[in-house]
Amino acid sequence: MHPVVKTVLERLGLGLATLFFVSIIIFSAIEMLPGDFGQAILGQAALPETVAAFRQELGLDKPAYIRYFDWALGAIQGDLGTSFSGRNASGADRSAEVVDKIAPRLWNTLFLASMAALIAVPLSLILGILTALYRNSFFDRSVNTATLTTISFPEFFVAYILILFFASLNQIFPSLANVDPDTNFGERIYRTALPAFTLTLVIVAHMMRMTRAAIINLLASPYIQMAKLSGASQTEIILKHALPNAWAPIATVIAFNLAYLVVGVVVVEVVFVYPGVGQLMVDAVRTRDIPVVQGCALIFAVTYILLNLIADIIGIVTNPRLLHPK
Amino acid sequence: MKNKKDNTTLLQIKDLKIEGFSDERWHKIIKGVNLELKRGEVLGLIGESGAGKSTLGLAAMGYTQPGCRITGGQINFDGVDLTKRTDSEKRKYWGNRMTYVAQSAAASFNPAHRLINQTTESTIRAGLKKQNEAFDEARALYDALNLPNPETIGERYPHQVSGGQLQRIMTAMAMSPNPDLIVFDEPTTALDVTTQVEVLAAMRDIVKTYGTAAIYITHDLSVVAQMADRIKVLRYGEEVEEAMTRKMLKSPKENYTKSLWSVRSIQKPEKKSKDIILEVKNVDAFYGSFHVLKNINIKLPLGRTVALVGESGSGKSTVARVITGLLEPKIGSVKFKNRELPPSLKGRTKDQLQKIQMIYQMADVAMNPKQTVYDIISRPASFFAGLTGANLRKRVVELLEQIDLDESFIDRYPSELSGGQKQRICIARALAANPEVVICDEVTSALDQIVQEGILTLLGRLQKDLNLSYIFITHDIATVKAISDEVVVMNEGEVVEQGLKSEIFSPPHPEYTELLLSSVPEMDPDWLTDLLKARNY
Repeated sequence: MHPVVKTVLERLGLGLATLFFVSIIIFSAIEMLPGDFGQAILGQAALPETVAAFRQELGLDKPAYIRYFDWALGAIQGDLGTSFSGRNASGADRSAEVVDKIAPRLWNTLFLASMAALIAVPLSLILGILTALYRNSFFDRSVNTATLTTISFPEFFVAYILILFFASLNQIFPSLANVDPDTNFGERIYRTALPAFTLTLVIVAHMMRMTRAAIINLLASPYIQMAKLSGASQTEIILKHALPNAWAPIATVIAFNLAYLVVGVVVVEVVFVYPGVGQLMVDAVRTRDIPVVQGCALIFAVTYILLNLIADIIGIVTNPRLLHPK
Repeated sequence: MKNKKDNTTLLQIKDLKIEGFSDERWHKIIKGVNLELKRGEVLGLIGESGAGKSTLGLAAMGYTQPGCRITGGQINFDGVDLTKRTDSEKRKYWGNRMTYVAQSAAASFNPAHRLINQTTESTIRAGLKKQNEAFDEARALYDALNLPNPETIGERYPHQVSGGQLQRIMTAMAMSPNPDLIVFDEPTTALDVTTQVEVLAAMRDIVKTYGTAAIYITHDLSVVAQMADRIKVLRYGEEVEEAMTRKMLKSPKENYTKSLWSVRSIQKPEKKSKDIILEVKNVDAFYGSFHVLKNINIKLPLGRTVALVGESGSGKSTVARVITGLLEPKIGSVKFKNRELPPSLKGRTKDQLQKIQMIYQMADVAMNPKQTVYDIISRPASFFAGLTGANLRKRVVELLEQIDLDESFIDRYPSELSGGQKQRICIARALAANPEVVICDEVTSALDQIVQEGILTLLGRLQKDLNLSYIFITHDIATVKAISDEVVVMNEGEVVEQGLKSEIFSPPHPEYTELLLSSVPEMDPDWLTDLLKARNY
């Protein structure tokens, strides 16, 4: 077997193992939350027997490890359980499957994340390469200052500033990004523009500076001097001689930021009233809707592990020592 | 390609001055050097580190390293003054009419590209040849340079071939555009001697065949003697003298030039000794599953020096690791004064640790840069001998005197010392423990010839004064001759031969010792030619 395939399979195995441990942590963490769902729904006045019956109906009376395996086995088959919300003291059951609750939200989140990524990743790479090429120039310093400024402000502030300029003073984009499953594609892009810009401004600095640093770090290598002495131009040196050796650290930072776009954008969602997973999870925590919280947390974990796995693989396939062993 | 040799001047450097920026100010690196090179001629530039030879070699191409600037003079290449040209104009010369061969081929090839693409990159960029034409010619060059599998070796990546092969491929890269001038910057310094011979021969042949003019930079006189028609000696950025190779070797005028021979002139008469202080017995050692040492037996006589000689990868440093207990042997043992030492460092008593001390090759990294000389030397003195306060300070001063440094050094940091002084401090640190055996691992390899001489003389004197026994690990035969009583030759984890210096250096030799000894360059300019003849190349 080619060593790269072997390494990738190893990483995949490690990823699955990580996911297993994370699922245990998620489950235990939620187990340890204070308060009781049954009590919370039925109110302080409920009789202990009623609460017990309610708990039994939800399966909360079973031991924790059995509930964990029920949940984990379900999750492997794509069933994250049934949401607790929609139940109330009268006994009416209008609850929904967790998957059905999360799916449309996840689609929204991924849509916004992809939009932000499609703008931010190429932009950061290009800016990173250009600033490395014209390092210490006026251009370099302005770009660095600008991106550092945007990353230094809290995201809600960036969001409100964008709303001020692009929604209030000049009515170019809507200030609310309210989409629903019936919104068509073009309209979706238009409505999510401002949150996507906000996220772009927040993540560009990190990726761009890493690209710049990774390239500049290599410029001191003897093979770069060799390339200069063989008549290569600055552009050629950076694109052909430095960049191919710089992908591993760049990919890691990009993966980190993409993961953030999926799991860390709740503040931006709130500002733009965007129906994403982040808001769903916050709401679920507030209402103690445990299956939904667990489902969201698991999806976040998968996102992180998957993106880091991809970054690792990029690091491996761009390293000729691993790709072409002796 | 036709031979370009004729008697016209290709390169003329006039009163060149170069400055470099460090420590917040500009320092003069080249102080008005003149240089002339005819087409097809090979000029050797020699000097010690800091002489400015690399800077001058790069300047011959009109290139200055980042942080350097040309402050005066002319560099006329084929009638064009390169000092007056912009970088983009000079790029038309680089990799086209002038090329460069760097010291470390392993670091100078881009790890991300195939060798043949790198070999032909500048030729294709300059539009001298089409890709397949350039590739064919590169393969022909690989063949001419005696590389194995010349048809396919170019498809490999740099990490897939050996150091000696990489250095030859870099020569092919330099030859690819059929340049007028090649600058060789210490191209064989990082190679083992047996590899060096092949690379030198390949480079010399190819330069002669095509009549390419070359500047050959090195600190090794015997190497330059094989390569150059003419030799220029540099010191502190100034010319010391210049002469035709044979004349320079026979009758150097300046004292400085004579001193470059100095290490070769130290000769220590060997002495026998019956008392064995340290013995390595039947040792086998592994790194993981890799068998590094195979049945090693070495005896160190009391008050004598045993030189461990071998090329990189022969296992000589691993022997030191086994003796000091850093690496536990799988089989066998180390005996000190006829008592077996515990195999691992952890099992040894303070007393056992104290008796065996080590000095390393890179004095720079063997010292904590944040500690003063006092901290560095006093630590073993207080740890082993339990000295404190005024006694400790007295001991440190005494040690400094032993290594010919005075008390004024006591508060300095390693960064405030020269290379030779750093190595002296490392010696003092080893002495501070009052050892009986000192293991010197390539302690002079990173030093200039004259500094080497000083360190070797010092070690010799200390041996006499303190009755020390040395295990001296080195790859340099001249150093072995200078200091040893007995010699152990190692190859691929095995002891090839062991005996008194006079026995080892007089024939008949085992095959490997013969190869090793005959590969050491000699001052004779005909040495390489004769050697190749003898080996039937």
